Amino acid sequence: MTATARDTDWDGVRLHVVTGKGGTGKTTVAASLALALASGGRKVLLVEVEGRQGIAQIFDLPPLPYEERRIAVAPGGGDVHALAIDPEEAMLDYLEMFYGMRRAGRALTKMGIVDFATTVAPGFRDVLVTGKTTEAVRRRGKNGRRVYDAVVLDAPPTGRIGRFLNVTEEVADLARVGPIKNHSELVSGVVKSAETAVHFVTLLEEMPVQETLDGIAELRSAGLAVGGIFINMVRESQLPEAVLDSAVKGRFDAAEIALGLKAAGLADGASDATAVAEALAAEVVEHARRTELEKTERATLRKATVPCYELPLLADGVDLAGLYELAETICAEGAA
Amino acid sequence: MTRTPPVLDVDAILDDRGTRIVVCCGSGGVGKTTTAAALGLRAAERGRRSVVLTVDPARRLAQSMGLTELDNTPRLVHTAGEGQLFAMMLDMKRTFDEIIEAHADPERARQILTNPFYQSLSSSFAGTQEYMAMEKLGQLRRSDEWDLIIVDTPPSRSALDFLDAPERLGRFLDGRFIRLLMAPAKAGGRSAFKLFNAGFGLVAGAMTKLLGAQVIKDLQTFVSALDAVFGGFRQRAEMTYKLLQAPGTAFVVVASPERDAMREASYFVERLAEERMPLAGLVINRVHESPAVALSATRSAAAAEELESRGEHELTAAVLRLHAGRMQLAAREHREREHFLSAHPTVPVVQVAAMSEDVHDLTGLHEIGRLLAAGTEATVRHSA
Repeated sequence: MTATARDTDWDGVRLHVVTGKGGTGKTTVAASLALALASGGRKVLLVEVEGRQGIAQIFDLPPLPYEERRIAVAPGGGDVHALAIDPEEAMLDYLEMFYGMRRAGRALTKMGIVDFATTVAPGFRDVLVTGKTTEAVRRRGKNGRRVYDAVVLDAPPTGRIGRFLNVTEEVADLARVGPIKNHSELVSGVVKSAETAVHFVTLLEEMPVQETLDGIAELRSAGLAVGGIFINMVRESQLPEAVLDSAVKGRFDAAEIALGLKAAGLADGASDATAVAEALAAEVVEHARRTELEKTERATLRKATVPCYELPLLADGVDLAGLYELAETICAEGAA
Repeated sequence: MTRTPPVLDVDAILDDRGTRIVVCCGSGGVGKTTTAAALGLRAAERGRRSVVLTVDPARRLAQSMGLTELDNTPRLVHTAGEGQLFAMMLDMKRTFDEIIEAHADPERARQILTNPFYQSLSSSFAGTQEYMAMEKLGQLRRSDEWDLIIVDTPPSRSALDFLDAPERLGRFLDGRFIRLLMAPAKAGGRSAFKLFNAGFGLVAGAMTKLLGAQVIKDLQTFVSALDAVFGGFRQRAEMTYKLLQAPGTAFVVVASPERDAMREASYFVERLAEERMPLAGLVINRVHESPAVALSATRSAAAAEELESRGEHELTAAVLRLHAGRMQLAAREHREREHFLSAHPTVPVVQVAAMSEDVHDLTGLHEIGRLLAAGTEATVRHSA
């Protein structure tokens, strides 16, 4: 890999953690970010941890195994690899890697220890999952270089992200000394380093915006590096400011539209033109009100003083072509 | 080819005195909590004494119901004639503590409550929240103080987690690992691991390496202290599960017209059928409609292009572009809905139009309740 330095907002970051409220398109943004980071000949690993097989669905692939494999080629010839982390398999890996105990690991699995760990101490589960991710970040090839130029983690939603990343604290009470403690410190070393940034995905709606700001405050107080805010599904308005401004107040001239409709041959007679024009006017007023609210939310997000990136709403829904479109936007805005 | 599914008659469900529990479920970010709150308010307006049990609601929504703290106490939100609306936020840890206190003698309860594993288990988000929500539901139902309980399920990784919580608990308690950990208590204090064969010796070594000796000791103390409480636990989990299957329960699946949310809704509908849980229907929130449905996206875009090329009626062209985008979005949402309906043609559905603002107060909740009951079934037709 000949990874050349690029002038982006996140040069030097190797672990991109992507979180967001449910329904904001977290997986979509993580996938597009991975494509964007890989563009121009880099190698990027996209990781998912919640067993939802969201990556497979979004790239239109059969379910991913617990194995790093190439799933997409980035614009300009980079590679995106993907890994769906299964906590059980991650534990076997961990045992083998650090203790050379694969067989004992299998026995533990059979006895339901993973079930146990998930039930009694979710912190353990998170350490295994983040442990596997940070291992991929640190991994070096035979030539001594890092295997991946960047790792993108499709992380749990905003409500859980603080606990998820704050692994040391989560297991500290359970394991004051011993290997789990050591392992969590290793993980924490990566997560809290300058090589990690946590990005938030939001919509221009009140609840996700509020959750984003709360999440940012939480991470900051935990000493974790906040990355950027990806504002997803932004609908562009082609209407002039002045028109929107008066439409917000409910003032919009339907007569002019009626004339336009007639000119375009869209109306059968004057009364029809007026009826359609009035319906469209109602749509414009509603649109203007929403645009106004979006403006307020944008201003609120700016209070977080982190870079904001805007991604367009994909009219045809999220498909492979859409991901590449978003990746291009991400590059153009300087996020990758 | 547009299907007309049966309409979900929300008022009929709320008016039926036989309905004692409504469970709102669905993936995160689809307006589940808002739907639960709106149903609770509407029920109260129709003369019922309802309580909404929410788990981790968004701050403003909580405020809209006058909830400021997470204290496990149902508070009166609104009175409408005979009807009343109460609301409460689940305090997961408090609920768990109460179960322990109810089932263990004071000394054992103290041992459990101060154990680090118990503290992790009772305050962590994954799994416990689902189970405690169901436990609280059972408590509210048994108290018989409310004639309708509306519960908003936790924002799980998978929307199905809460159904699995009781079973997972059972599996957990019966697990070989638990029995292994309990062995010292049962064998009069001798080391558990010595009692077992070589396979277990291997495991013991791995366990100690993986967790460290202190952790194993804490775990053993925890598990043996919990032993006394286990029977009661399982019994309660089973009772709640049966309660969910009972005829007085109605499951309302909530979704937004997005692919992921609709897919999750499908799983949910199938899963409820498997578990023989009574499904009332599907609420599709945030549906985009247009007041000018007769004008298709295609015609609208073509006309805009025509006007633009002629350099005339710039504003009309822009409005037509806006409309085309809106119709395109509506068409996509419609397709997602059709996918669901073709797989589940008999599930009653109600759609709620997207609102430009979030709900802040009872007026907003009232409006959502009205839309839910209005049964605005598929008003959008597409020719594009």
